[in-house]
Amino acid sequence: MSQANPVHSLANVAAARSATKEDHHIAGTGIEAKNIHAWFGDKHVIDNVSIDFFPGTVTALIGPSGCGKSTFIRILNRMHEFIPTAAMAGEVLLEGKDIYQSGTDVTKIRLGIGMVFQKPNPFPSMTIKENVLSGLKLAQLKVSNQNELLESCLVRAGLWNEVKDRLNEYGGALSGGQQQRLCIARSLAVSPQVLLMDEPCSALDPGSTLRIEETIRELSSSMTIIIVTHNMQQAARVSDRTGFFLSDGGPGRLIECSTTSEIFSNPKDKRTEDYVTGRFG
Amino acid sequence: MSTATSPLPPKREITTKPRFSDKVFRAVVTTGGFSSLAILGLISLFLLYNGLNVFRTEGLKFITGFDWIVPLPEEGLPAQYGIGAMLYGTVVIGLIALFFAFPISVGAALFLSYYAPEWLKKPMVLVIDVMAAIPSIVFGLWGFFVLMPHAEYWAKLIHKYLGFIPIFDMPANAFSRSPFIAGLVLAIMIIPIITSISREIFAQTPLDRVQAAYALGATKWSMIKTVVFPYGRGGVVGGAMLGLGRAIGETVAVYTVLNIVFDIRIEVLLSAGGSVASMIVNKFGEANPDELKALMASGFVLFLVTLLINFLANFIINRTARE
Repeated sequence: MSQANPVHSLANVAAARSATKEDHHIAGTGIEAKNIHAWFGDKHVIDNVSIDFFPGTVTALIGPSGCGKSTFIRILNRMHEFIPTAAMAGEVLLEGKDIYQSGTDVTKIRLGIGMVFQKPNPFPSMTIKENVLSGLKLAQLKVSNQNELLESCLVRAGLWNEVKDRLNEYGGALSGGQQQRLCIARSLAVSPQVLLMDEPCSALDPGSTLRIEETIRELSSSMTIIIVTHNMQQAARVSDRTGFFLSDGGPGRLIECSTTSEIFSNPKDKRTEDYVTGRFG
Repeated sequence: MSTATSPLPPKREITTKPRFSDKVFRAVVTTGGFSSLAILGLISLFLLYNGLNVFRTEGLKFITGFDWIVPLPEEGLPAQYGIGAMLYGTVVIGLIALFFAFPISVGAALFLSYYAPEWLKKPMVLVIDVMAAIPSIVFGLWGFFVLMPHAEYWAKLIHKYLGFIPIFDMPANAFSRSPFIAGLVLAIMIIPIITSISREIFAQTPLDRVQAAYALGATKWSMIKTVVFPYGRGGVVGGAMLGLGRAIGETVAVYTVLNIVFDIRIEVLLSAGGSVASMIVNKFGEANPDELKALMASGFVLFLVTLLINFLANFIINRTARE
């Protein structure tokens, strides 16, 4: 059945997902991107994208390679500006305040908006414990009970049971999937309101991917999550809302953004339908 | 399914037949590779051969003794050769040089890697590399005529306020041509090599770790402390060792600004120090054949010391690169 009609199967997944979230209460802080443009040098790569990410929801950004979705997510926590020729226009509002306003302390912004990268990147010179707590050291934060924080972050990242007896081993000794969950735990330690995930499972095996997806679902009750993914099944499984990006050779645009079940069962745009049914991409 | 008893096939020998052009190229690069080894070996053999007699007669005293006495032929007394004070002096000025050069170099490397605006980077790297190419006699002359008067003033200040520390004590009013001044000149000479090695190591810091730190709300300084230093530590230490190696082997610049005295003094501000390389230059011109052999033996010892330091430096750098 699913072979014959992939739209329906993904739509079912998405519908089942929203059913489990019926009693879901709004938590965390939303983040709103308004009229975002981006350039690398003279190359215009994102054209006028506006998305409102609601508090306590998981939003998936999907689209073929080169459509600007990774660039877009990096604009949301000001990682975009690390590329020397990068430029942007538009506003990103966190609690109503533009994070690009001049005079903003960018380290504070990144504390509020955490990020998990495509490739697991724990600090190799640190133990598991030190990795989780590294954000405190980096941002010069003080916490009264480090062990409590350590445990709660690892529990929320779904890693506690696997590492509780080896907290003083090096982070590099873990498997890829465990390393990625360690990176999630590390992001949680500085208690961000928003968590950005840039293809967090693309370097992982299916089993680890499922574990991360469970983690995302559990976290979504307490924070706003934005996840870039190449994997439409993943978008259907974990997200409440989905945004579809596409580039026609020029800059990437947001074709449509709606509830995930809508995108997979009843997309408004023909191109969205073609993409989610696997006709291209 | 095969049974457990079935014998495994013999391992095949895998070979290729190289083409003629490959053979020629291989011969050329092999010659190149081995010729440096051969030159190194021949130089050390030459020094060892000439100095062997001195090693035989002086024994361990050659390394530990402080006396370099060349009697006139008519006196008929035995000569005494000991470079202990020179070896000690070499280490002292090397350490002084490192003390000043290391923080400056690491700071410069960090500035170039993480703070300097793009337009400034290239010219600064160029200037630092040019510094490495300046002939050492130029540094020596500059040190003698320009740096020394100032350095004497600094030395007097150090003595005035820190004189209670034995190394800054001053038994006579002789502040010029001291190990302190030689160390300063050497520091300037080894800054380029330590800076460029540190800069290269810092530039190799994996970008994903740098980004991970920033994404956790790191400031630039806390990112450098947490990510760049742990990654680059070994390489920077290796660079410092290479700088030390250069400082120890430096001859003519030190000769210009150091008063060579065959005595071990702990007072670094006093106008009396030692350096094996400069001592050789100092004595070489008017040495009699016998003394010349002693100088060759000194050269051999110096050669071993620099070789050891360079090996150590390479070992540290390579170990870091593999991590």
